[in-house]
Amino acid sequence: MQILDRPHFPPAKTRTHEVYGPGAQVFAFVLAARLGGPCLWVRGGWDAAQINPNGFAPFIDPADFALCNTKDQMQSLAVAEEALRDGAVPLVVMALHKPLGLTEGRRLQLAARDGKSTGLALISEGMGSNAAETRWHCAPVFDPEYGGEDSTLHRWELKKNKSGTLGVWYVRWDRASRRVVVVPPAGK
Amino acid sequence: MFDGIGRRVVSLWFPRLASDRVLRRCPLDGPFALTQKISNTDRLYCLNTQALRQGLHAGMPFSDARAFCPDLQTAPVDLPQDDRFLHLLRRWATRYCPWVGLEGRDGLVLDVTGATHLFGGEDRMLTDMRMRLMRAGLSVQIGMADTRGAAWALAHFGEGVAPAGDPLPVLQTLPVAALRLGDKTTTALERLGLRKIGDLASTARAPLARRFGPDVLMRLDQALGQQPEDVTPLADPPHFGIRMTLPEPIGLIGDVMAGVSRLLDQLCAKLQTHEMGARVLVVTVRRVDQDSQDVELRLARALHDPQRILPLFERGLAEVDAGFGIDQLRLHATQVEPLRAQQITHASTTQNGSAGQLEDLVTRIGARIGLENIQRFLPADSHIPERSFLIAPVAYSEATRGAPWACTQPRPLTLFQPEAIAAHGPQPPKRFRWRRMSLTTGRATGPERIAPEWWLPDDNWRTGLRDYWRVETTQGRRLWLFYTPQNPGWFVQGEFA
Repeated sequence: MQILDRPHFPPAKTRTHEVYGPGAQVFAFVLAARLGGPCLWVRGGWDAAQINPNGFAPFIDPADFALCNTKDQMQSLAVAEEALRDGAVPLVVMALHKPLGLTEGRRLQLAARDGKSTGLALISEGMGSNAAETRWHCAPVFDPEYGGEDSTLHRWELKKNKSGTLGVWYVRWDRASRRVVVVPPAGK
Repeated sequence: MFDGIGRRVVSLWFPRLASDRVLRRCPLDGPFALTQKISNTDRLYCLNTQALRQGLHAGMPFSDARAFCPDLQTAPVDLPQDDRFLHLLRRWATRYCPWVGLEGRDGLVLDVTGATHLFGGEDRMLTDMRMRLMRAGLSVQIGMADTRGAAWALAHFGEGVAPAGDPLPVLQTLPVAALRLGDKTTTALERLGLRKIGDLASTARAPLARRFGPDVLMRLDQALGQQPEDVTPLADPPHFGIRMTLPEPIGLIGDVMAGVSRLLDQLCAKLQTHEMGARVLVVTVRRVDQDSQDVELRLARALHDPQRILPLFERGLAEVDAGFGIDQLRLHATQVEPLRAQQITHASTTQNGSAGQLEDLVTRIGARIGLENIQRFLPADSHIPERSFLIAPVAYSEATRGAPWACTQPRPLTLFQPEAIAAHGPQPPKRFRWRRMSLTTGRATGPERIAPEWWLPDDNWRTGLRDYWRVETTQGRRLWLFYTPQNPGWFVQGEFA
C-alpha cells in the first residue's frame, strides 16, 4: 500500500490549481483532508446539488467546512480571491461554470501567493486558464474485484504541470489513515 | 435637606393612554374602544370619550357593548406597545426635570423640585405640559403637591395643585380611594363610614392600625408627607454613538480612517465597560455640502476590539465620495449584544488567533455577498438523508465540533432532488439511463429501508417507504438509487465519493 505523496500530491501550496471530471469534488475533499484546517467552498447559489455533510464527514470534520453561495461567477472569483489573499483558510475551493480567463487565473495565483493558501477551481472540461499551476482530471473507475464498499476507485490524471512531470494514478480513499493510497489499476 | 426649597412633585395620569395611542395613528370619529381577551371573553379595556358618553365602561363584555352601541369601533389592545409608548413619554418628560419615574401602567411622576422657575413658575409649567400633551392628542390629568401620594391623589381625583405646605386642606375632601389603597380596603373603610381622607386623618390611629394593618396609615402618612417616599428615575439605556466634527474638511482615505480610528477607540472603550459587543456599525460621513453617506459594517460576531474592527471598514470607506471634503464623522453601533469579558489563557489565545482571523474573513466576504450566504452544516436528528443536517449562517451559529456525524451506513457526497429513471421491479435495473448517460450496473449493495417521518409532512416522501441501493456502475460512478415499493418507481438521489 503506497500513499500518494510528494512531489505530485498535494499540489504546490500557495498556488491555484484546476480539476475537472466527474470525480472533481472528491479530489477537493481529499485535498482538504490532506491540508487540514478549515475549508471554504465557494459556489453559485443556484446549484441544486446539495453537498452532504454526512457524505464528507469521513474526509473532514463538517465543523471545518464553510459554504459561500454567490450570485454569479464574478462574485465567486471575488470571494475566492479575498479568501486566498487573507490566508485564514488553507484551502479555498471554487466551483466555476464559465471559462476562466488569463487575467482572472493570474489574479488567483497572485492572491494565493500573498495569502500562502491553496486554491482549487472545479471547472468544466476545456474551460481552464493558462495560469493554473496544475490541472487534474479525476474520474471514478469500476473495480470488479474490490469487495470493500466505502470508497470508489478513482483515476487521477495530471494533465498539466508547470513545474514537474505528468502522470496517472489509480487511487482509493483509505478511511483509517485518512489518506489516498495508490493501487494498481482495476483488473490487473 | 435644603431649607429654602420645599419638595414639589407632579403626577401625570393618562386615563386613556392605550386608546389615545391608537387614535393618534389613525384618527377616527365616533365611539372607539380597545378590547382585551380575559379568560376567553373579550372585554373593553380602554375607551375614548365618545364611547364613555354612550354609557360604556372599561371591563364591560364586548358583546354587551356592541349591543348598546352598534357603531362602536374596536381594535385589540397591544400592551407591550403601550408600555413602550409610556417609556417614550417618560423620556419626553425629562425636558421638565431630570427626575422622572413611571407610575403604574398609565402614569408618570416628576420630581420638579427647583425646576419650576425655569418655565416661569408652577402654573405656567403645568399649562405648558397640558398644551403639549393636548397637541399630541393625549388626554391627561395633572396633580401637583409636596408629596408623591398627594400628587397622585390630585391627578386621579379632581385635578389640582396643592400649595406648598401641609396638603391636608386640599386632600380632605377627596375619597379614601385616592390614597392608593386596594379595592377591598377601600370598601371596608367606606363601610365604617370613613369616606373622605379628612375623616381618616381625624380618626384615632391605633384602632385603624389594628383593624387594617400598617398599610392604610403608611399611605396616609405618605400622602401627608409624614413618611418619605422617593421617585425612582429610570436609567437611560447606554447610547453607543459618537461623533466628531472637524474644523477643516478632509478627503483622503487615510485621514478618514484615522478619524474613524479615534471614534472607534472611544466607542469600544464604552462597549467594553458595558460588556457589550457591536454587531452592526454605521459610519455616517457628512460632507461640507450637507450631503451625508452611510457606511454599514455587519460583523460576523460581536466585537469590541478596535484593532480588529478598523481594517474591516477599509473597503466601505474607500467607496465614499468625498466631494468637496468631509467635515463630520459619526460612528454608531446600531446593533449590540452582550459580550462578556473572557479570561485570557494560553490555549484560548492560540485558538482565537486563527478563529478571529476566520471571523474577520467572514465579515469581509459577508460585506460582499451578504452574511446569510456564508453557511455551515449542523447535525440534525433524523434518518431522512436530506433532513439529517441543518444549514445555518456561519455568523449566527456555533460550530459543533466532534458532533455525531458518522452514519452506520455510507452516505453519498452529493444529494439532489430524486430524478426518476425508467426501471421496474424491486431489484436494481441492469441498465438504465440517467442524465443522458447509459449506465450498466456492475454491483449493487442494499437494500437499506428508510421510512418517512409521518410526524413531519413532506411532499417528497408522499411515495412512502424507500429502499436505498448503492449501485456501482461499470462506467465508474457510484450512485444512490431508491425504489419505492408502495408506489413502484426508481429514482437516483445521490452520488458517492
